[in-house]
Amino acid sequence: MTVSYNEDRGKLLIELFGELGHHEAIDAMDNIAALYECISPIELILDMSGITFMDSSGIAVVMRTKRLCDNDGIAMAVRNAPKQALKVLSAAGITRLVSFI
Amino acid sequence: MKNTINKMSMTFPSRSSNEGFARSAAAAFIAQLDPTVDELSDIKTAVSEAVTNCIVHAYKERVGDITLTVEIGEDNMVEISVRDKGCGIEDIKKACEPMFTTGGQERSGMGFTIMESFMDSMKVRSAPGKGTTVKMRKRISVRGMFR
Ligand SMILES: Nc1ncnc2c1ncn2[C@@H]1O[C@H](COP(=O)(O)OP(=O)(O)OP(=O)(O)O)[C@@H](O)[C@H]1O
Ligand SMILES: [Mg+2]
Repeated sequence: MTVSYNEDRGKLLIELFGELGHHEAIDAMDNIAALYECISPIELILDMSGITFMDSSGIAVVMRTKRLCDNDGIAMAVRNAPKQALKVLSAAGITRLVSFI
Repeated sequence: MKNTINKMSMTFPSRSSNEGFARSAAAAFIAQLDPTVDELSDIKTAVSEAVTNCIVHAYKERVGDITLTVEIGEDNMVEISVRDKGCGIEDIKKACEPMFTTGGQERSGMGFTIMESFMDSMKVRSAPGKGTTVKMRKRISVRGMFR
């Protein structure tokens, strides 16, 4: 799992690459939280196009990122979730709680 | 399963670095049935959920053995069993409810819900202090020569 980011005038884009299971989720979350803290964004986009596999461990990553943003009243969206990841997120009802673009 | 045609079984320690290996091994074994990409990723997802549960719940503060068995039966039926000898589950019905978790912030309580919806059937057997076995089945579609 690789986490990369790009910041443009307070808009934080975080991209995830690789498999996102329990083994990778803790590091991914730590990286996201550190980026969030460091940049204090005004908007956050989590791009999942590089995710090759995800299980429920990824649901917790998305929901915790969402909670970080909600606490500060910041808009957050998930972008380009691949089919398999989207199926996991839909089965958990996350597509109704988080905005998907 | 009745009339098993092929079978594989493997036992590995409950280290999170084995999750990827376990789901890929199950997928590689099932490849002989020529499943669709979607069928294969459903099975990988379900195996990942069951194996992760052994690692994070069954053997919470220790490392123990996980046994993954994949059987192929008649009519392209696949049966997957994931067994641990960990802490077991007190109330199986409750554990299977969506959003029920004893895992805190890192978990969402959706593992069993995902296993149920991605597979055709799921059965959980567990005894507190003895361990848990999750059995899941899915029939792989039979495809013609021309697609
Ligand atoms: N193999 C197991 N041994 C002991 N307890 C288990 C086992 N599998 C599941 N459980 C219990 O059942 C609960 C629900 O499991 P489920 O997989 O649905 O959710 P979770 O693991 O808590 O969260 P998620 O799978 O979304 O990350 C767990 O929180 C745990 O208490
Ligand atoms: Mg789980």
